[in-house]
Amino acid sequence: MLDILKGPIEAIQDFYDLTSRAFRSVFRKPHYFNDIMLQMDSIGFGSIPIVLLTGFFSGAVMAMQMGRSLQPYGQTGRTGTFVSIILVRELGPVLAAVMVAGRNSSGIASELGSMKVTEQIDAMRALGTDPVQKLVVPRVIATAVMLPVLTVVDDFVGMVGGWILSNYLFGLPTRQYWTNSWQALVWNDVGQGLLKPFIFSFAVSLIGCFYGLRATGGTQGVGRATTQAMVWASITIFILDFFLGKIFVSQVGQ
Amino acid sequence: MMDEASDSKSSLVRFENVTIVFPDGVEALHDVSFEVREGETRILLGAAGSGKTVLLKTALGLSPITSGRVLLFGEDITTKPERELYDVRSKIGMLFQESALFDSMTVAQNVAYPLLNQKAIRMPREKMEPAVRDSLRFVELEHTLERYPSELSGGMRRRVAIARAVVGKPPLLLYDSPTAGLDPITAHTIMALIVKERDVDNTTAIVVTHRYQDGNLVANFRYNPNSGRLDPVMRPDGATGTNTIFMVLREGRLVFEGNQTDLESSTDPYISRFVKRPAKDAA
Repeated sequence: MLDILKGPIEAIQDFYDLTSRAFRSVFRKPHYFNDIMLQMDSIGFGSIPIVLLTGFFSGAVMAMQMGRSLQPYGQTGRTGTFVSIILVRELGPVLAAVMVAGRNSSGIASELGSMKVTEQIDAMRALGTDPVQKLVVPRVIATAVMLPVLTVVDDFVGMVGGWILSNYLFGLPTRQYWTNSWQALVWNDVGQGLLKPFIFSFAVSLIGCFYGLRATGGTQGVGRATTQAMVWASITIFILDFFLGKIFVSQVGQ
Repeated sequence: MMDEASDSKSSLVRFENVTIVFPDGVEALHDVSFEVREGETRILLGAAGSGKTVLLKTALGLSPITSGRVLLFGEDITTKPERELYDVRSKIGMLFQESALFDSMTVAQNVAYPLLNQKAIRMPREKMEPAVRDSLRFVELEHTLERYPSELSGGMRRRVAIARAVVGKPPLLLYDSPTAGLDPITAHTIMALIVKERDVDNTTAIVVTHRYQDGNLVANFRYNPNSGRLDPVMRPDGATGTNTIFMVLREGRLVFEGNQTDLESSTDPYISRFVKRPAKDAA
């Protein structure tokens, strides 16, 4: 009976171990700046297309549903308010993180997994480099910097999507939409909107690295690691979002 | 086992009752003890899954030990944290089974990797390039500097990996199945390189293999720097002319340690399985 729990508990312990080693290594020499830049390019810049697409359509679809639900109350004009609050507080951070998790947690896991099963990780250790420092830390830093940036892009593109749709479908004046959107936001929303992706970024990068470095058993193992990384990163993002949302909502004092 | 004080200077690798049990309960090594001295070449024979690779990785401090002690260059590495192992590792060159070249780097970057990252042998950039070139010339692949490992054949990759292992001039080399998965001609080229490395740089080595003819080649041939070929060395008494010792692993246990003559006269069915042919015709 307890044997069933043994695996997951060991995994959590290993994950904790990797996380603490990664955070300690951030402040330790040597620093691999080139690798950080490379990862920023691949994780950040490389994710822009998917973030633009999902951001635009999520904003548009939200405006569509909001406008419709507000119509009976004669409040279609406030569509911008709702779109911006929901985007900045919830949907932007979560969608961007989930998209980046789908693209990069799995990418990281498959890359590190292939390196693991072809003994490149062992070779790295044999040749005087700590894999955590050389492979994990650059990915963690790059994701932590880029995910908040991507979220800002996602939020903005979503608002643009909402504007185009509400303008086209409900004839909402441009000025009214943007004024409402702007006025709806308070500093707490912006703080929450940027802190969330920062925290999610660790789920994205560390879970990817964790499953990659644990991969065993050839190409099949790499495939398994890739899937698990993506699934668990996404799930973790939603769970974290719930708790973070709870903390922030109670902080506003509603 | 030898007296530790008298010979500790020349002892490069020393296993003392090493047992390794994996987290899933599989025993990879069981009470293995041996000592490799300077100038020796060890041929480690054994079936697939007998623990050969684990033994090599343990000798590099890559596998955690369950019980026993491992000493490298007289230094106990058993309980050392990873960070303190880098210095001793820079004295050891390792050829991994599937070469383990870094896919994202060119051949030149791969070979330069130890010189950039191993503190003990780090060198300024202007010295690095000639060292990389020398090392690649040694394996006769000087022309591949800017190519990527994925563009090379299996045998070429293995040669690049040898170049990477020897670029820092380590006194000890570990070869994990250098000929696995290669055709006989390429396999012979790789083994000839291993003999050449031993005789040119006077290095100590452990060679893991499941092919007896690999061990036979190492034991009975020498690199001739004038002709660039391997010449046979046989002593009149029939003993091998090189300092080569054979070891046989069976399911994690060291079941044989001795010279080629003893190996060939062994009547143990498992051991004699590896000695398929008389010594001379393999090369």
